[in-house]
Amino acid sequence: MSIEIKNVTYTYMPKTPFERTALKDVDLVIEEGSFTAIAGHTGSGKSTLVQHLNGLLEPTSGQVLVDGVDLNGKGSKSEKLAARDARRKVGMVFQYAEHQLFEETIFADIAFAPRNLGLGEEDVEARVKEAMSLVGLGYEEFKDKSPFQLSGGQMRRVAIAGILAMQPKYLVLDEPTAGLDAAGKNKLIQEILQLHEKKHITMIFVSHNMDDIACLADKVLFMNQGRVLLYDTPARAFQAKDTLQEAGLCPPQIMSFLEDLRDAGIPVDTNALTVEEGIANIMKAVKGKNG
Amino acid sequence: MSFIELENLSHIYHKGQENEFPALRHVNLSIEEGEFVAILGANGSGKSTLAKHLNALLLPTEGHCRVAGMDTRETDAVWEIRQQVGMVFQNPDNQIIAAIVEDDIAFGPENLGVPPEEIRRRVSEALKTVHMRKYRTFAPHLLSGGQKQRIAIAGALAMETKCLVLDEPTAMLDPQGRSEVLGTVKRLHEEKGITVVYITHFMEEAIAADRIVVMEKGNVVMEGVPKEIFGTPEKLKQWNLDVPLAADISEKLRRKGWKIPKGIYESEKLIEVLVKMAAGRKSVVGE
Repeated sequence: MSIEIKNVTYTYMPKTPFERTALKDVDLVIEEGSFTAIAGHTGSGKSTLVQHLNGLLEPTSGQVLVDGVDLNGKGSKSEKLAARDARRKVGMVFQYAEHQLFEETIFADIAFAPRNLGLGEEDVEARVKEAMSLVGLGYEEFKDKSPFQLSGGQMRRVAIAGILAMQPKYLVLDEPTAGLDAAGKNKLIQEILQLHEKKHITMIFVSHNMDDIACLADKVLFMNQGRVLLYDTPARAFQAKDTLQEAGLCPPQIMSFLEDLRDAGIPVDTNALTVEEGIANIMKAVKGKNG
Repeated sequence: MSFIELENLSHIYHKGQENEFPALRHVNLSIEEGEFVAILGANGSGKSTLAKHLNALLLPTEGHCRVAGMDTRETDAVWEIRQQVGMVFQNPDNQIIAAIVEDDIAFGPENLGVPPEEIRRRVSEALKTVHMRKYRTFAPHLLSGGQKQRIAIAGALAMETKCLVLDEPTAMLDPQGRSEVLGTVKRLHEEKGITVVYITHFMEEAIAADRIVVMEKGNVVMEGVPKEIFGTPEKLKQWNLDVPLAADISEKLRRKGWKIPKGIYESEKLIEVLVKMAAGRKSVVGE
């Protein structure tokens, strides 16, 4: 099972003076169970691409299949229904998701989508409870509060819980940690990792933070000018210096540090995705020379 | 007299109501003309509330905020203050109003009654500064987040303000966009002497400032040059802030028994130390 993006091209405002091709012949498969990071400079097509993953945008040409079903199938009635169900498998958390909160209480906000699915109140409550616990918000403490009384990090959790209540199989997170302080960011990243590991939700994660990508992802997709520039493991992706530069990206901070250290004459292994790995490499290189 | 003076300033949201919340508590802070001040602090520490006082978007519940000698509570002074202090917010979608990029940038000077020729000059100058000239006839909603943010900065520049207050302007940008925005801000500061108040969560951006102010729970808890602030990683963690990479590596190596001197926060300094260690010295004496 997977999301297949088949030769997708997308043009904004075709046949107008503002016509712009945001995606060009994008062809890739996101496997179920993977943790895929999407990076690229602003305007590279990342957000346009992820909006295709649950049918918010329809390809100008090409196809998007979720578990084999065309998201934009509109032939027979059964095809349309299958497309709707397939779109529901893919949850989407936008940039600054907290701006989309609107209900009076946190419960009502998270319950909005499951209620729209036509679930009974008991099921709705069960889903809200589960979603809140998944993002680390105590049910009794928060359910009756207004979402607008919360801190930025908490509001973003409520927004994510609202999507989790739909029980998506695939979850797209567009810059989930932007604007959060260090503590809020680390906590949210831990929660995302748990969702992936414990609930087996396939993650698609758009980020500008190469440090986060290096720690979290098992696949990295670099976009540039609406095309796929590279789709590989983080270890190999961040070694591809020319590609990184072409994409307007830089390696994780720890790798840049190790490269500078190597350039200063220490023969250190620059291949490290986390600070801990980097420190191990430093200890080996610096001690090694001491004999 | 300093350009900006906050005197015993408190701000309480929903005062007198059940959800009353003190966001700033008796803050005293002066910012000199031409200074570059970075403000750090966790979410909810009062940074944005403070920023909104600087051009009278919020008024103090108690105490005073003065800009170029004018008290923000004097209603007659508000327009003059807003002309002197330009604001750039975190999310550009909340501050772009026109249907075409150039119109958006022209909006501020038009309202000031600037002659059309001069407006045209300012708009093209501002677009050039943020490297967005080729997008001047675009509709803003067709731009990406980073491009929109640069338009917002251009809008403030077209007002030819003396002071720019930027509230996490790079939170949504890619690394290249971030360095472009920061580079633009630095250039405006250095070449035009613009006073900069820069709120950020990125420590590598704060290093560019002359002075850093750290906020926690509505109080200013520390002020100093970057070296003073980043030399104490324990405190940064206590305030829920990121630690610069070099300080983090240094601390972790120390815990493994390595003799790395304290107070290192720049990568170049740490590399120097490591190179000396590799050359055979058992420890290196700090500066």
